[in-house]
Amino acid sequence: MSDSMDLKAKLGLDVFKPVGDPHIRIRPGMEKDPRLKRAVSVCPAGLYSENERGEIVLDTDGCLECGTCRLACGVEVLDWNYPEGGTGVQFRFG
Amino acid sequence: MDKFDVIIAGAGLAGLGAAYTLAGKGLAVLVLERGDYPGAKNVTGGRLYLNPVRRLFPGLFEEAPLERFITHEGVSLLAKDRSVNIVYSGNELREQPHQSYSILRAKFDRWLAEKVEEKGGMIISKTRIDDVIKESGRITGVVAGGDELRADVVIACDGVLSILSEKAGLRTPGAPHDNALGIKEVIALDSGLINDRFNLEGNEGAARLFVGEVTRGKFGGGFLYTNKESVSLGIVVGIEDAAADGHAIDVPALLDEFKGRPEIAPLIRGGNTVEYSAHVIPEGGLKAMGNLYGNGILAAGDAAGLALNIGFTVRGMEYALASGYFAAQAVLNAREAGKFDAETLSVYRKLLEKSFVLQDFRNFRETPAVIGNPRFFNRYPELTGNIMKDLYAVSDGPKQRLYQTIRKHLPLGEVWALFKDLKEVMKI
Repeated sequence: MSDSMDLKAKLGLDVFKPVGDPHIRIRPGMEKDPRLKRAVSVCPAGLYSENERGEIVLDTDGCLECGTCRLACGVEVLDWNYPEGGTGVQFRFG
Repeated sequence: MDKFDVIIAGAGLAGLGAAYTLAGKGLAVLVLERGDYPGAKNVTGGRLYLNPVRRLFPGLFEEAPLERFITHEGVSLLAKDRSVNIVYSGNELREQPHQSYSILRAKFDRWLAEKVEEKGGMIISKTRIDDVIKESGRITGVVAGGDELRADVVIACDGVLSILSEKAGLRTPGAPHDNALGIKEVIALDSGLINDRFNLEGNEGAARLFVGEVTRGKFGGGFLYTNKESVSLGIVVGIEDAAADGHAIDVPALLDEFKGRPEIAPLIRGGNTVEYSAHVIPEGGLKAMGNLYGNGILAAGDAAGLALNIGFTVRGMEYALASGYFAAQAVLNAREAGKFDAETLSVYRKLLEKSFVLQDFRNFRETPAVIGNPRFFNRYPELTGNIMKDLYAVSDGPKQRLYQTIRKHLPLGEVWALFKDLKEVMKI
C-alpha cells in the first residue's frame, strides 16, 4: 500500500532468481476473506492489493519470503510455501 | 550414501552450529539449504553477542567476518515532534574479547558454512525440503528434490516459520501475537563518515534502538547498527498490532518515515541503500515455545522460537548457535545410547535448561507480556519528550520552578499508571 514506486525501487535493489509457479496462493474461494486484507498493509513488499471487485490479489514477484502473510492471515486462506530451492530472493548482505 | 547420521534443515546459525559440532566429531552430516548459498535467505538486524557462545566453539570466531565491535549503545524515545536520546559507552566495551559485533548474515553464514565443510560436513544449497519421512511414528528422513534422504536424526533449523517442525508435528503455525516483522535497509556509507557521525574510533561500532512514534505507538521499534561500510537501519513491529483489522499499519511506509526523521536523516545522508530485506522474529518467549524434540527430530534456533526481546537487548543469533551446539550434544548422546526416540533426545531440553539459553528464557518469561504494554510505545515517549521540552523551555517571562514543570505532566492518574507499570517492569 506504500507509494509503490518507492517500494518497487527498493525491491529492485535485491537479487531475485525467477520462481516458477507462485509459491504462495490465495486458496480458491477465499479471495474476499477479510483476513487477507491484513496482508495488504503488512506485506513488506506490498504484493497484496484489493481489486475493484473487492477481491484480494497477490503477485508473488518481489516476495522477501518473510512469512508475515502466513502468520497474519493464516494457512486457511493462504496456501503458503517457500519457493523452490535456488529461486526467489538471494540476500547479498542480510 | 544412502543414509546420513544427521540431516539438518537450513544453513543458518542453528543449523551450521549443529553441523560444525557434529562434523567435528566425525559424523556424516548433511545440511540442506534452499538459498543459492548459505546466508542467501538469512537476515539479522543485527548484532551477535559472542560472549555466551565462545566457549561452545573454541577459537572459531577469531577469524570470523564480523563487522564492528559495539562500543556505543543508544536508546531513543521518539515522540511526534521531539525525542529523548541516551547513549551509553564504557571502556569495558572496548576491551577484548568484545561482547558483541554487528554482522551481515550473507557474509557471516557463508563463512561459517566453509568452516563446517572444512570439518567434513556436507552442505547442499539450492535445495528445499518438501516433507519429512515418518515411519512407525518416527521421523526417519526428509524428502528434497524428489529424493528420499534418511538419517538417524533430523534437526529442524529452518527458521521462524519452521514448516518442517509443523510437518513433524512438533508445533502448529505461530500466532501473530507471538511474532514480529522486521524490515531493514542496508545503507552503504563511507567508513570515515560512519566514525564521525557516530563518535567512533577505528572499528568501534554503534547500536541504537528507537521506541515510540517509529511504530506509531504500536509494539515494536526501530534499530540502527553500524557495519564496516554500511548502516543497517530498520523497524520491528508486532504482527498482531500491525495487522489489526481496521487499524492495520502500512509497514513499508513506517521505514520511510523513520528515515526521514531529523534524528535519522543526517546519519544516513549521502548513503545508498543497497538492499531491502524482511524477516519474521519470534517474540513469544518461553510461553510460545513449541516442542523442542520428538522421535527422530530436534528443533533449534528460530525454528524452536529461541529469540528474546527484553527491551534493552534483542537477541536471537547466539541462542541459535548455542541451541545448534546443544542439539548436536543430544545427538552424540543418543548415538551412545543407540536410540533416537523422543525420550532419549529429551536430553536436549535438559542441556538447554542448564545453559544460558533456557535460563534466560525462564528469567525473562514475563518479559513479552510486560513489554507488550502499549503505554511504553504510545505514552511514555510523548510524556518524556514533553517534560524535557518544558524543562528546556525559556520563554518571554519568568521560568516555572522545575518540580512544578514536571508535576504538570504527571497528574495523580498518570503517577498511578506509571507506578503500576513500574511494578510490572520489576518482573523482568
